[in-house]
Amino acid sequence: MNKKKMRRVRTGIRKMLLEAVLFFPVFLVCIPILLILTGGFMARDELREGLSPVFTGMGNYIRWSLMPDYPTFENYRKMLFETPQFFVLFWNSVKMTGCILAGQLLIGVPAAWAFAVYRFPMGKALFTVYVVLMLLPFQVMMLSNYLVLDGLHLMNTQWAVIGPAVFSTFPVFICYGGFKQIPAAMLESARIDGAGEVCVFFRIGLPLGRGGILSAMTLGFLEYWNLMEQPLAFLESKELWPLSLYLPEISWQQAGYAFAASLITLIPPVFVFLMGQEYLEQGIVYAGLKG
Amino acid sequence: MKRKIGRKWSGAVFLAPSLFGVLLFVILPFGDVVRRSFMTAVTKEAAGMKNYKIVFTNSAFLLAVKNTLKFTLVCIPLMVALGLAIALAMGSIRHMQAVKSLYLFPLAMPTAAVAVVWKMVFYEKGFLNKYLEQFGIGGGVDYIGSGAAFYVLAGTYIWKNLGYTIVLWLAGIMGVNGDMMEAARVDGAGKMQRFWYVLLPNLKGSLYIIVVISFLNSFKIYREAYLVAGAYPHDSIYMLQHLFNNWFVNLDLDKMAAAAVVCTMFFLVFILLLQGLWDREA
Repeated sequence: MNKKKMRRVRTGIRKMLLEAVLFFPVFLVCIPILLILTGGFMARDELREGLSPVFTGMGNYIRWSLMPDYPTFENYRKMLFETPQFFVLFWNSVKMTGCILAGQLLIGVPAAWAFAVYRFPMGKALFTVYVVLMLLPFQVMMLSNYLVLDGLHLMNTQWAVIGPAVFSTFPVFICYGGFKQIPAAMLESARIDGAGEVCVFFRIGLPLGRGGILSAMTLGFLEYWNLMEQPLAFLESKELWPLSLYLPEISWQQAGYAFAASLITLIPPVFVFLMGQEYLEQGIVYAGLKG
Repeated sequence: MKRKIGRKWSGAVFLAPSLFGVLLFVILPFGDVVRRSFMTAVTKEAAGMKNYKIVFTNSAFLLAVKNTLKFTLVCIPLMVALGLAIALAMGSIRHMQAVKSLYLFPLAMPTAAVAVVWKMVFYEKGFLNKYLEQFGIGGGVDYIGSGAAFYVLAGTYIWKNLGYTIVLWLAGIMGVNGDMMEAARVDGAGKMQRFWYVLLPNLKGSLYIIVVISFLNSFKIYREAYLVAGAYPHDSIYMLQHLFNNWFVNLDLDKMAAAAVVCTMFFLVFILLLQGLWDREA
């Protein structure tokens, strides 16, 4: 009896230790956010003084207080009311991300449906090609992309970023997993009941494959909100840039802006993340099941 | 019969827009890149294998290949193993959902914001050195401008993608037939035995997908590397992505073409091998 009790206590302690270890990353996630939050409310002089060792390499170590000496909304005020450029870039980000996701929905989702449901010559080989294309880093494809965009006179327009991204094969891969989970018998019985192929896609495919599609959209948002390589290579005019390229342009002397801008850049993805997490996981799960 | 033909065509119709785009934006221009890889950049004369020879003797290319391979070979196995360990441990704790969200969260952090914080932490006068010195266990290292940059980058990659890996593993583990595990337990298999002989062999499908996705994400670490350390970082983190980018900026298009062809071939072979392995096991 006593022995049993001791064992229970021991496993209880082990469990608590395990939880403590698994909760460790909480710090790794919270520290960056804490720094961004506090930095946004710090006055210019305090930031300058605290950060100058880091960026000039002179003097003592970085100094930072989690409670700013003189908390101020100055950074946010300037960012939101006196920097029209910020809004232009924010809007650019929204526009490009929105267009890319809408395009992927229109083009990638039906393609995934085709691979998941129909058999056609070369289907399997083609799918392998899609997987390889999904894996290729942007830089390897940069020259090909550039040649087309230049040929179509799309360089230095936002379509140069949107166009290739719409045809990305990654959402096809993710949605494919979701569609593969739909039992073939279900599609067959719908057909016997007289449903056409388009009807089957809209009435059965889309509702049942929703998890995969929403997951692709969530992952896509997180990816395209962070766009860097493409706009850097294909957009020359800075007024066309997305927000993600604006932030690194801010010099450390204006760190207050950088923190304020970071926080505002952070809000949409966090929002999408919270909304889409369930689907995100579902889609990740689909991707992992063998079709 | 008529219906079957109809069905066959509708597959093609669903696929056509995507295929058109892929051909236009990727496949056809890649053909052009292949052609260019055998020509000189400016005069467009036939150059035979010259570009390939230049690329393979180019020290920057060799360095970048070495670093990229090293990064992949270190990070992916580490993350796959760590993810599995955490996913297994997670099965037995409370608040699993909350922990999972926390692990996934770095995926949502914008790269540019991460870069700002990383500079504050890892630069020579940053937080890491400050606290290391305070506790008397070192300090004075420039984590971005020295060989340590490799580990910072590897850590960043794992920090960012671990949650994703854990969720994939959890899915795989939940997919394994519970009766099978129970049967093994009844037959007297210990915890480790069940893990090695029942659970692990059933997770091979998950492993394929996790490796593919980790591989895909490993190239995206370039963003962090570029924002924190610039276009010409320390030698230890000079990756293929940096090299291609710098060639593009300097208009070394002939070298770029040859290197792109080499890399694409490599990826094709890699995926075919991985797929072959997966198909045989499944």
